[in-house]
Amino acid sequence: MRAIVNVFLKEGVLDPQGKAAHHALDSLGFKGVKDVRIGKQIILELESKEKAEAQAEVKEMCETLLANTVIEDYTIEMK
Amino acid sequence: MKVAVLRFPGTNCEFDTQYAFEKLGHSTKLVWHEEEKLPTDIDLVVVPGGFSYGDYLRSGSIARFSPVMKAVTAYANEGGKVLGICNGFQILTEAGLLPGALKRNNNLHFISKHQNLCVVNNDNAFLNKCTKGEVLNIPIAHADGNYYIDDEGLKKLEANNQILLRYSDSKGNPVVVNGSVTSIAGVCNENKNVFGLMPHPERALEAILGSEDGVRMLQGFEV
Repeated sequence: MRAIVNVFLKEGVLDPQGKAAHHALDSLGFKGVKDVRIGKQIILELESKEKAEAQAEVKEMCETLLANTVIEDYTIEMK
Repeated sequence: MKVAVLRFPGTNCEFDTQYAFEKLGHSTKLVWHEEEKLPTDIDLVVVPGGFSYGDYLRSGSIARFSPVMKAVTAYANEGGKVLGICNGFQILTEAGLLPGALKRNNNLHFISKHQNLCVVNNDNAFLNKCTKGEVLNIPIAHADGNYYIDDEGLKKLEANNQILLRYSDSKGNPVVVNGSVTSIAGVCNENKNVFGLMPHPERALEAILGSEDGVRMLQGFEV
């Protein structure tokens, strides 16, 4: 089983990398962009076959290590 | 005073930190991150600067799970004094020993320069040799020094005098250096025994090298 974790800075926490990329896109003539946020994707290959159990474990991984919940939110997608 | 200086893979300020405390007449001991116990009879633990674990994932996020950090957490919870400098500050916030978090500088640059700092509070074991409102000149060198805390957390810091230092001009007025909330450069925990700052006092010990303002900061721990 595979878990895809996306980690982003929380709404309201300024994302300097997103802002820089937004500015660059604007300079390149891509004017229709309202906001850019840059995060990271963490792909976990899991031994577990039971989806709910695996998802609960990945959530614990996020809370413990993969995200800093003071500044970041995360989403988990199980495949 | 006996000072334990932690060392993780990627730490690079441990010898400067040892030099600083030894210059001030203290004994120091390097403690490898795999140690499960701190040396006995120590008066201070310093988590020095560097790039522990290459800053992978987030600065300080891996180091904070090192065996030695369990011992540091226990030591801090018993009232022991802990100082985190730069990457050490990041490790202590990741470990939850200090409030808030440090994110990428707003301008995305690695900022390395001498910087004025205003002493915001001195009623603590770290800055008691400094005067409130005093301006110190201390080098900074970081990419992830942009201190973040939510509004509620900021109110608590202010109410409890936990803000130690702010980036400032030569007159003590706050300036934007890296995007930190209200220009915060250093904070302490509620019990005022755990301290963290992005600037490097261990690099400001000799006037001939630009500043000796770090001496009074580090002397604060001498009781």
